Amino acid sequence: MDDLAIELKGIDKSFGAVHANKNINLAVRKGTIHGIIGENGAGKSTMMSILYGFYQADRGDIMVNGSKVIIRDPNVAIASGIGMVHQHFMLVDNFTVLENVMLGAEENAILNRGITKARAELKRLEREYALDVNADAVIEELPVGLQQRVEILKALYRSAEILILDEPTGVLTPPEADHLFRILRQLRDQGKTIILITHKLREIMAITDEVSVMRRGEIVATRETATTSVEELAELMVGRRVLLQVEKGDASPTDVKLAVTNLTVRDGRGVVMVDNVSLDVRAGEIVGIAGVAGNGQSELLEAITGIRRAESGTVLLDGEAIGATGEADPALLRKRGLAHVPEDRHHMGLVLSFEENENAILGYHDDPEYLNGPMLNLENIRNSAQESVEKYDIRPPDVRLKTANFSGGNQQKIVLAREMERDPIVLIIGQPTRGVDVGAIEFIHKRIIEMRDAGKAILLVSVELDEIRSLSDRILVMFAGRVVGERTPEATEGELGLLMAGVEEDQEAAQ
Amino acid sequence: MSSPYEKLPGWVEYVLIPLINLVVAFLVAGLVVLIVGQSPIKAASLLVQGAFGYGEGLGFTLYYATNFIFTGLAVSVAFHCGLFNIGGEGQAYVGGLGVALVCLWLDGIFPWYMTFMVAVMASALFGAAWALIPGFLQAKRGSHVVITTIMFNFIASSLMVYMLVEVIKPLGSMAPQTRTFLEGGQLPRLDWLLAIFGFDIGGAPFNLSFLVALVAAFFVWLLIWRTRLGYEIRTMGASPKAARYAGIKDARIIIITMLISGGLAGMMALNPIMGDQHRLQLDFVAGAGFVGIAVALMGRSHPVGIIPAAILFGVLYQGGAEISFEMPEISRDMITIIQGLVILFAGALENMFRPALVAFFATLRGAGNPSEVSTPGE
Repeated sequence: MDDLAIELKGIDKSFGAVHANKNINLAVRKGTIHGIIGENGAGKSTMMSILYGFYQADRGDIMVNGSKVIIRDPNVAIASGIGMVHQHFMLVDNFTVLENVMLGAEENAILNRGITKARAELKRLEREYALDVNADAVIEELPVGLQQRVEILKALYRSAEILILDEPTGVLTPPEADHLFRILRQLRDQGKTIILITHKLREIMAITDEVSVMRRGEIVATRETATTSVEELAELMVGRRVLLQVEKGDASPTDVKLAVTNLTVRDGRGVVMVDNVSLDVRAGEIVGIAGVAGNGQSELLEAITGIRRAESGTVLLDGEAIGATGEADPALLRKRGLAHVPEDRHHMGLVLSFEENENAILGYHDDPEYLNGPMLNLENIRNSAQESVEKYDIRPPDVRLKTANFSGGNQQKIVLAREMERDPIVLIIGQPTRGVDVGAIEFIHKRIIEMRDAGKAILLVSVELDEIRSLSDRILVMFAGRVVGERTPEATEGELGLLMAGVEEDQEAAQ
Repeated sequence: MSSPYEKLPGWVEYVLIPLINLVVAFLVAGLVVLIVGQSPIKAASLLVQGAFGYGEGLGFTLYYATNFIFTGLAVSVAFHCGLFNIGGEGQAYVGGLGVALVCLWLDGIFPWYMTFMVAVMASALFGAAWALIPGFLQAKRGSHVVITTIMFNFIASSLMVYMLVEVIKPLGSMAPQTRTFLEGGQLPRLDWLLAIFGFDIGGAPFNLSFLVALVAAFFVWLLIWRTRLGYEIRTMGASPKAARYAGIKDARIIIITMLISGGLAGMMALNPIMGDQHRLQLDFVAGAGFVGIAVALMGRSHPVGIIPAAILFGVLYQGGAEISFEMPEISRDMITIIQGLVILFAGALENMFRPALVAFFATLRGAGNPSEVSTPGE
């Protein structure tokens, strides 16, 4: 057993009534890449937080390199050679790479000595693992992929032998992800152990040596990656067979329902976020916008839906202009048939402290059906919420429950039910399945296709390329605020990936 | 990913935690009394005796509580919209001007109930007007309402000094106050209400405003939880982004909320002016606007919590007065310290004992049925 880097024995953890980790037994061999896969809420993050000392297990032991360690806090984890690269980077934006790497390991009140030492050490690490970063670059000026590399350097600087990466590719373009995987393989080949947490089955298949599947707080299986398949892993994750590919017929688009022309949007600081974008969406088709997060998709959606004011350009909804550059009014747009499933479910699409039925009318709360003069008609509100809870299989089916107590997938269903049930003309959907479990994804995708077949014009934004490819009838790629290309869903991932990274074809560059 | 599910049963959240905070506040206050060399037991019994022990004391307790219900409601309505209205003091002060003007004008013409109806409206209107400018600046210019309402407290103070000294003081009088209202400007006392329970309120100024305060509490509940406007206010307060998404006009809601909040604060003036003093005096608000903040915090911004919290502070005011009278070594300032401790523990440190309680109830549940697994959504 001495070749195990990490061994978890009978780890158990509850938060109140929620049993987040149940008798977890996990063995990670030294010098391997071990994948942990599972749906949201399956307990992956809890398990890793226990390993990294953020939480204490209620029961069970942690063995590092064969000896028992009590990890009281992250400092103990670091001292035991465990490093973590968080999903959301823990970097100080206006510090340099060097300063960030040193942070918390300065050694002296006077920084001079530490800086010299850190610089030398950084050089060595860069050489050893081919992790090129300019030590004096300021973090906020680095692309996301490089910021992530700094996070890895930070862990290595603290002599981590075991690296935990939590959903590392969420913010990366496909080429950046490939690069990350090359780095991880190299680290493994030099004897480091890597634990990769993800919900993307393809990444598991591409890079891991072994994979453990979590479901409802338990590890339900551990497989050698070479002997398993995407289908088997998906089934293990969900507990039943799932359709990974949505079945859909051909689109039969008719009239243009949403026409965006030369739309330009600046953010609060005056930076151009959407740059002269034009697009059409017809009734009965799904137009997908692919792109790495932060390339103007959010601002585009907000400008179309009246939440953010555009600087110039026009938006036609069913042939009529909506004042995208004037006083934007989401309430009026809603009345005219524009439904919007926002990207940010937690802050925009829902009020988490509200009861389910109160969220079921958000944005439609001045519908006379829900009112008695100035008073809310609670009976109608709750009855109609009850109907959509049943129709969309929202669980638990309790319209008086606080929204924060629903799982991510069910929260998303609350938003979808609200926006889809009112027979809109145009449906704008941002990140329909972010933080949603695989079982619910299947349901949500089916609903979106049904809406298309019912003749709705659908504009879909997602950072999940797979989702864009399987749902869309046409794909637009956004980069740096511009639409840099249009493709059919048959386009290869490599082709889309290049566009997402800003590599334009000649013809588009010439325009 | 999903955050740990740390929810406490309702009775713990709304009864046990405030109670623990209160007990700790009193324990620390007891220590302070001990340090001054006095008996905390004697002080405590005087406090309770003074506030509840006899009719007049009870009358005063409820009289003070009336002030605090109004100002507590004012602060809580703003809280629901995510606004921190610290200007209750000034709004109540200016509301008093409205009450006084109506009484001076109508007290010789109408019976008290006619004057009263006009005075209720005037108090709310004047209070609302004083909240309008901070509300407008917040809504249209983003000037933080905390800063502007504090400044408006000072402006109100100066304005009222000017009004009382230069404008509405009777000719020839040396005191900066209005003339005493005639009977048409005086609210009846509620001695009959306490008489039902066998108490004689003696000289306590417990008056009709108390019932108005209870009605106001009911209407605040109705507004916040049962009307469309309340829905919009709560959405704004809980998530401005969601409000924007829902097409709720934020500027409009902010201004309306501040008007309602200011109006409620203004109505507080009815109690001391029409119900007790029967004239407008300098500084009649006497800190009730600020106590309203503590009351709203302690009452969790819910009318059902605000009324008992207001009564608690009524107890501290009345019982505290009793202590400083009976135990001269404990000065008026000591009472302020005790009140401060209650505010500190009930307001600022309200979550101090929460983690311990969460852990305690988690183990309780765990020990009760170890095999139970709750997976929300299944």
